[in-house]
Amino acid sequence: MSIFLDKNSKVIVQGITGREGGFHTQRMLAYGTKIVGGVTPGKGGTRIESGQPVFDTVKDAVEATGATHSIIFVPPFAGADALWEAHDAGIKLAVCITEGIPAHDMLRVVNTTAGMRIIGGNCPGIISPGKSLVGIMPAHVFKEGNVGMISRSGTLTYEIVDGLTRAGFGQSTCVGIGGDPIIGTTFVDCLRAFAGDPETTAIVVAGEIGGSDEEDAAAFIKDHIADKPVVAFIGGRSAPEGKRLGHAGAIISGNTGTPESKVKAFGAAGVPVADRPSEIPRLLAERLKLVPA
Amino acid sequence: MKLMEYQGKELFRRVGIPTPNGVFATTADDVRTYIAAHPGSWVLKSQVLMGGRGKAGGIKFADDAQQGETLARELIGKTLKSVQNPAGEQVKSLLVEEKVDIASEAYVSIAIDRAARKPVVLVTAQGGMDVEEVAEHDPDAIKKYWIDPASVYTLFMDYGANLVEINPLVLTKDGRVIASDAKVDLDDNGLYKHPDIAAWNKAAPADEDQAAAVAIGLGMSNYAKLDGTIGVIANGAGLGMGTMDAIRNAGGAAANFLDIGGGAQAELVKKSYNLVTSDPKVKAMFINIFGGITRGDQVAKGIVEALAGDDVRKVPLVVRLTGTNAEEGRAILDRAGFVPVETMDEGAARAVALANGSN
Repeated sequence: MSIFLDKNSKVIVQGITGREGGFHTQRMLAYGTKIVGGVTPGKGGTRIESGQPVFDTVKDAVEATGATHSIIFVPPFAGADALWEAHDAGIKLAVCITEGIPAHDMLRVVNTTAGMRIIGGNCPGIISPGKSLVGIMPAHVFKEGNVGMISRSGTLTYEIVDGLTRAGFGQSTCVGIGGDPIIGTTFVDCLRAFAGDPETTAIVVAGEIGGSDEEDAAAFIKDHIADKPVVAFIGGRSAPEGKRLGHAGAIISGNTGTPESKVKAFGAAGVPVADRPSEIPRLLAERLKLVPA
Repeated sequence: MKLMEYQGKELFRRVGIPTPNGVFATTADDVRTYIAAHPGSWVLKSQVLMGGRGKAGGIKFADDAQQGETLARELIGKTLKSVQNPAGEQVKSLLVEEKVDIASEAYVSIAIDRAARKPVVLVTAQGGMDVEEVAEHDPDAIKKYWIDPASVYTLFMDYGANLVEINPLVLTKDGRVIASDAKVDLDDNGLYKHPDIAAWNKAAPADEDQAAAVAIGLGMSNYAKLDGTIGVIANGAGLGMGTMDAIRNAGGAAANFLDIGGGAQAELVKKSYNLVTSDPKVKAMFINIFGGITRGDQVAKGIVEALAGDDVRKVPLVVRLTGTNAEEGRAILDRAGFVPVETMDEGAARAVALANGSN
């Protein structure tokens, strides 16, 4: 098993004929993802070079292909509409790659799309190694296995996963939840799913400064995850207050979003926080030994 | 985009929130002329984004035109320093406002609550204070609505704000309710919906780092100057922050945060190198790339091109290149005489040693 998707998940690409959408469609197909079609308004009835049909609307695409998953590559101003269209067409999980969607647009979207899981925006997507990739991650660093990974960052995920893979820890599913202040799926949502996934035996949470998602994650781990070791990392521990660093959500505002608060929260939940990504495999190995076989 | 007080008040007036009478001034002559034409007691408020402005001496009181001019000369050009902002911020303009007789003060704000994913409104009768302290010590001190709360909400929603704060909202002795201060932070991602306000930032960028980033084609928050000596270029915000942290773990300090984003081409890498080294504090540079969408060969090409220019400030350079097209990239660096390091920890340690003057 894996969380949120499996090898049979049928996926459409919103923005399939765009530069990014087209490029990543081919990479996902090469990985084995079941891309059953795509959407570009005005290009319905055509096919992309590799043969997948293009539809004018998500509704047409879902009716014709039975797709349950969507990955969105549209410009920021169209992000909210793309998510609403996916929701109204019955999509169950939408991965929103788009960076730069206004926070107020996302506020309205997350409060009006019950029944559809949104990953992102401003995220690298989701991968279940060996099964399916619905995202833009470089697939070669991932390996099939039992570690669940959740991260607010893209490249930091690759850095950490590369270390895990080299140390022999494959991954069940890796979710990049996105670096924006308002996102569809939080650490807690992913932790809840990993807790119920028998294939996931350990979890890595890679957070960063800003917001309180890490504190919420720590509280959830303390109360609900006893049988799966968790190791955490916090990016931006050397960052000053008040500077927004790359991600719209990565900012320490007064007493909110500080690394100290996050490290403390994980500590209280018995979760070790690695000082550097390269320490994560060792901490994971130590924790796994603590769990009775 | 954080707005200056005078800009926030401009938005207040647009939605019908009363503000004190006054004028925006950039020279001492303007201040003298205005007070001469409007005799009375005036407050000169330095227009800066930093907190702790009053304690830093950024607010002065003038009773006539001559005093106003003298104080304005003192303030304009002065660098204010506070606990919140030890590096300081230079005063470039003033807001001259009527001195109001305050009967009582309140606090009103509306912000995005990230965890609840909803707007959150705070109102307390104990204005003028640190609202976090009030919330902690006297959580029941939340009372009346003195202005139409819908006007604050309208501003928050219509302009896509991260925060609208009025602290204090004052009741004057002559019975008026006015916003005495304005703190407004608009979402950068939503600015395209308000070109007139985006133009304020273009005309006079409040944040020099943001202006420098946009000038070379980076996102507004992809570059931030810090206090250390080691320049940082990374792809992705998370890896950028991770690289800063790795440098600190190795005993050094980053001179900046710079995220070249995804899929950067050689030209952007070159411009980023020049931006980072334009800071005289930079004594060594660490370029840390984990290729995903970004291709290692493009980054390597950018590095080699950047260093080929005669007008380039050359600092000791450490490169870590892995992921997509890393082999091709390493070959390009190799031909130019660079030896890339293998890991982030190794690169950070090497950069710290180079900045300290050892090999």
